[in-house]
Amino acid sequence: MELNQLTIHELQEKIKNGQTSATQVIESVFNRIDVVEERVHSYIRLMKDEALAAAKKADEDIKKGDIKPLTGIPVALKDIVCTKSITTTCGSHILHNFVPPYDATVVEKLRDAGAVFVGKANMDEFAMGSSTETSCFGVTRNPWDLTRIPGGSSGGSATAVAADECIASIGSDTGGSIRQPAALCGVVGLKPTYGRVSRFGLIAFASSLDQIGPFTKDVEDCAIMMNVLAGYDPRESTSVQTEVPDYRQFVGKGIAGWKIGIPKEYFIEGIDPEVAAAIKKAIAVIEKCGGQCVDISLPHTEYCLAVYYIIAPAEASSNLARYDGVKYGYRTSEARDLLDMYKKTRTQGFGTEVKRRIMIGTYALSSGYYDAYYKKASQVRALIKHDFAEALKKCDVILTPTTPTPAFKIGEKTDNPLQMYLSDLFTISSNLAGIPGISVPCGFTAAGLPVGMQFLAGHFEEGKLIQIASAYEKNANIEKRRPQL
Amino acid sequence: MISKQEVEYVAHLARLEIDDAQKDKFTSQLNDILLYIDKLNELDTTGVEPMSHAIAVTNAFREDRIVDSLGTEKSLANAPDGRGEFFRVPKVIE
Repeated sequence: MELNQLTIHELQEKIKNGQTSATQVIESVFNRIDVVEERVHSYIRLMKDEALAAAKKADEDIKKGDIKPLTGIPVALKDIVCTKSITTTCGSHILHNFVPPYDATVVEKLRDAGAVFVGKANMDEFAMGSSTETSCFGVTRNPWDLTRIPGGSSGGSATAVAADECIASIGSDTGGSIRQPAALCGVVGLKPTYGRVSRFGLIAFASSLDQIGPFTKDVEDCAIMMNVLAGYDPRESTSVQTEVPDYRQFVGKGIAGWKIGIPKEYFIEGIDPEVAAAIKKAIAVIEKCGGQCVDISLPHTEYCLAVYYIIAPAEASSNLARYDGVKYGYRTSEARDLLDMYKKTRTQGFGTEVKRRIMIGTYALSSGYYDAYYKKASQVRALIKHDFAEALKKCDVILTPTTPTPAFKIGEKTDNPLQMYLSDLFTISSNLAGIPGISVPCGFTAAGLPVGMQFLAGHFEEGKLIQIASAYEKNANIEKRRPQL
Repeated sequence: MISKQEVEYVAHLARLEIDDAQKDKFTSQLNDILLYIDKLNELDTTGVEPMSHAIAVTNAFREDRIVDSLGTEKSLANAPDGRGEFFRVPKVIE
């Protein structure tokens, strides 16, 4: 095995034992990038000079015996988190030249924990998309089949881990943007509880739904990353002041006696038969681990997508009003007056999907329509949250497929927004309810495409997700495959 | 149903310009999406309190203490047209 293929915990062992150095690890990652990046395109921007300097510093620390949870571990950052002095584009032309004057809290935390940043990962423009095709900086390709999408919006973060172009990465999830690409690329992805991880320095899409989380090669690494990311931040008023457990303690604990809720609304017609078969097999493994499956119902499931496609665009239209060509980012060169400058800047700066969502959101919030759309959606959102509260009285965790289908072809759904939105069918509900969700790999289709299984739990119960995902991972004996690139 | 004129008006509210071809496409796509969203009207939500945030946090206060702020230079560093201490913009009125 090459160093870049290893997990965080495996590399930590080697680094501690002096079998390898941070410099060797980062060199191995950049060697891999040299070979595959042209085809996969995980990154908008590589940070090679910074990474080599950080690795050198990590090696000095290691020599002094100062080893932190991520010392020398190469981590990729979705280009939606602000990095001081490093251009941060959010996948958009309108921010193509934006150089943040500060670091996001998660970036600070990762840096303080010793992480080495590899680069800024590609993403759908402003995280609006499920395929990474709306990025203004080119499409990212699924390493398991280069003619297919990697999922989105955190597509580059997912492929960077799947293609071993980093060891772990950071994504953000507003309606599935961590879990859906994790499933389609065969890696682990966790969306924490709303308020668990600080959003300070995360470029806003839909503020009541956005949450930052990790992509990793296995569940133990997910726990290690969560130990670094989670916690209250006085700079972020929606981050919550509750105690953060040591997530690593949940790894390998087992789930004997647990009740696993199977929501009938998530096992519908239209699920790809190979996905359904993989999930069925995974359920058998969970039962073998001592989990007892119980039927549950989330009666408002069929309304989730409609609620999401009011709330997310409405909040986005408000959040994206700040891109006006005045304080930062792109400005048109051909304005007659101020209003004309705003209009031309935004028209030239935003891509089609972003405009479409700004339009939906502006319409939904416009005078005379607020009650019919935003208020109605917020009421149904309350019903959806209530569904989960009731269901979670009957079980410890909920099990679902992460996505209805494996990765689709590049270009297949770009002209049909509603079809594209449907790929987030199973992930959106937890953003609306604010609960955490994890996607773990659970096998492959006959064509060799990864399938993901999702677990959901109550607010601040990320520990339970790590516990069951780790129990599954240990007992499933999923064939260890790597994409052939 | 949203009309082409309404699409034009919403675009103006959102400070976007859309050409004729895009106007047609947006009108039909927005109608598809709004039609789908109409599904919510199947549900009676009388008396349901609208939910704004997943985790209710009220009065998120922190200690009131003076910390360093960004400063003029850094604040203007990304400005497309920063002049001295100001963000310069095209004229507002004739």
